[in-house]
Amino acid sequence: MDLKNLYHLYSRAGFGISIRDAQKLQVKNKNEIVDLLLSIEGKQAYLDCIQLDEMPSGEQMKSLSKEEKKDLGKEARNKIQYLNTTWIKQLVTSPAPLLEKTTLFWHGHFACRIENPYTIQQLNNIQRQFAFSPFKDLLLAVSKSPAMLQFLNNRQNHKQQPNENFARELMELFTIGRDNYTEQDIKESARAFTGWNFKADTYEFVFREKDHDDGVKAFMQQTGNFNGEDIINIILTQKQTSVYLCKKFYRFFVNETIDDKRVAELADYYYQNNYDTGKLLKKIFTADWFYDDINVGVNIKSPVEFIVGLSKSFSIIPPDDVLLKFQRALGQVLFYPPNVAGWPGGRNWIDSSTLLLRLKAPSLILNGGKVDIVEKDDMPEESFNLPEIIKINPDEKSFYADVKPDELIENMLMPKLNAKKKNILSGNAGTNKQLVLKIVSMPEYQLC
Amino acid sequence: MERRSFIKRTGLATAALWIPDFLKPLENFVADEYRNLVIIQLSGGNDGLNTIIPFENDIYYNSRKTIAIAKNTILKLTDDMGFHPSMTGLQGLYNDGLMCVINSVGYPNPNRSHFRSMDIWQSATDANEYKNTGWIGRYLDSSCSECNHPYLALELDQTLSLALKGDTKKGIAVNNPQQLYNQTREPFFKQLKDLATDNDHDNVAYLYKTMAETYASAEYIFETNKTYKNDFEYPKNDLARQLKQIATFIASGLNTRVYYASMGGFDTHVGQLNRQENLLKQFSESVTAFIQNLKSTNKLNDTMVLVFSEFGRRVNQNASNGTDHGTANNVFVLGSALKKQGFYNAAPDLTNLDDGDLKYQIDFRNIYASLLNNWLKISPGKILGKSFDYLNFV
Repeated sequence: MDLKNLYHLYSRAGFGISIRDAQKLQVKNKNEIVDLLLSIEGKQAYLDCIQLDEMPSGEQMKSLSKEEKKDLGKEARNKIQYLNTTWIKQLVTSPAPLLEKTTLFWHGHFACRIENPYTIQQLNNIQRQFAFSPFKDLLLAVSKSPAMLQFLNNRQNHKQQPNENFARELMELFTIGRDNYTEQDIKESARAFTGWNFKADTYEFVFREKDHDDGVKAFMQQTGNFNGEDIINIILTQKQTSVYLCKKFYRFFVNETIDDKRVAELADYYYQNNYDTGKLLKKIFTADWFYDDINVGVNIKSPVEFIVGLSKSFSIIPPDDVLLKFQRALGQVLFYPPNVAGWPGGRNWIDSSTLLLRLKAPSLILNGGKVDIVEKDDMPEESFNLPEIIKINPDEKSFYADVKPDELIENMLMPKLNAKKKNILSGNAGTNKQLVLKIVSMPEYQLC
Repeated sequence: MERRSFIKRTGLATAALWIPDFLKPLENFVADEYRNLVIIQLSGGNDGLNTIIPFENDIYYNSRKTIAIAKNTILKLTDDMGFHPSMTGLQGLYNDGLMCVINSVGYPNPNRSHFRSMDIWQSATDANEYKNTGWIGRYLDSSCSECNHPYLALELDQTLSLALKGDTKKGIAVNNPQQLYNQTREPFFKQLKDLATDNDHDNVAYLYKTMAETYASAEYIFETNKTYKNDFEYPKNDLARQLKQIATFIASGLNTRVYYASMGGFDTHVGQLNRQENLLKQFSESVTAFIQNLKSTNKLNDTMVLVFSEFGRRVNQNASNGTDHGTANNVFVLGSALKKQGFYNAAPDLTNLDDGDLKYQIDFRNIYASLLNNWLKISPGKILGKSFDYLNFV
């Protein structure tokens, strides 16, 4: 496979690839490499930072004082931070980059923000377990996960007093998208999910039959005494659900600017193949059009793609506080999505402040600079309390001293450079380290 | 002072020679009168009931056995409402007719999570609606389609809040003009910023454009800020620092419409009395200095200040001498151009609660709509997405 295409593939199906690794893979053809990315047997690393017995039981919670509860909240936040940095490091080092990238996709799609480290870890592992599975398997598992049941208030969705939050987001954000259902559909489907709950001590899904409304519901032109799974089945028979999901895949993996014709093709394929995500990804990454110039180097890296990509490129793992601080300052902290709609992405990542920091941060990290970011004071219960100034220890070993400058540029900057820019980069020849520090300070480095 | 003449006299007109094209002063923004809006965000959920106290209400005293403010210390403003004793500065402003208090402000289906409720206030949406843009950002989007000046909305911080992010335009975060200027003056940055291309649809061009705007804005803000030396005395705290900087910007004639400042620490679950007293004292002293500073530079007539918090707190205190997250809250508006001084409406009704929380009487978007329409003179329809009645405080 052509190196340029290989770089593009890995920048989307992973977080970039080093020149050395790419040269090793180069002998294989496109299909073989995509199959390799999709073969995850034995490479699924589940997050295992928090054990069930670390969580207080419901009984214990009741007997806690206000102060103790506050301390517990602090501890929970520390654990979520630990989960966060553990996952970031896994994104950097995983032998299954596409699996992790797809898990990151689902992390944004099924966005959930709660202060329970155990269930949020559980949800993340569900998203990893079913990352390439038929979408229905993933959706069902997510819908039954304690994290989501709690976050979208399905615990408060009772037979006598339905709560519509989950039903609404299920359709608006998780499956079919706005304007494709009625308010009545939300009311009726909320009833179908009554009784879906979890055990407070073991965090296992439980169906509480007594709390379930088994009456007749009229949903999307069908009538029956539907349960939650029936509702999900009906939603998945709507072609629009496939279109909605494929648009999201397309924006994330291919191009922030939608090509309706391509999305329609993908949506047909996904629908006909039982929403099999692994097959869909294979279809995308083996398509010739995926490698067209129009799709190369055009997406803005999310902060996580940016941080992970940088770390991967230079085989460094920044310290935990640096990882957390950059995520926050750049506007994407894993496990803390802004709301259930996830991170908006694309140009939303960029404003004057984030761009300045993005242009400056890599050279600071690689060159042992000080990062001085003051945390915003508007999230009293979620403040990280990180040091204001972080000193980073430089890593001198991986500046690719033995690689030709042009090859370095091709490997690290996805967009094509015009002559002027090339000249700025390699004009006055210096060491490769100087070149690298310039490369990572280019606006083009923000794109993948 | 009339804006246009001010610009001429301070030499901005001649300065246009070195200001890049896209940075030239905005004629269409220099209307007959130049107006600023200063927004102060109190983060953490300020306890409004201990800020504006209904001192004749027994329910208030019964609900807050250990943290109610003693009646004889309250700065009484009306027959039944008064300020927290530490807000003597604001009392003076109130008595001078420079302040309007709007009680019971909130929104339907209130959310008690800090970040979500702040999102709702900043994006100005319904509680079940998610927007990627803020109301000030959308004001930027709609007010001037051909100009790109991030400094039209300026936040005193290192990072930009959702409130100031629009769809096509975004405000700028400036914690310190010198620091921002220095950050953008690095040789490599300088070299790159001139390489912007014209292709707007492309993210490469978007990044270079943002970079060039940041470069130029940083210079414009730095140079303009230098033209005015602000000797006014402020208390020593971070809000005071932000407000002093804003007063300097305003006096220097910076072409900014909306300034955004914030103060944290109001999440008083535990030991509220001392903590809130300290916070309200800082807040009151800082805002008072700011208003007096504006008066001294003749800018008070052109400036309106809005103060809000993401929610109020529950009526009943908790067992840790604090209060937990609540719902509706009071909002303050300050300025000399107020149409309604003093209390806009009656004290919150403590007999009619929603599960222990105040019921909102006024949607916060009515306040936004009024400020947009009556003060910034722009139709709020597109910005707020639906129609909200105007309140006559401005």
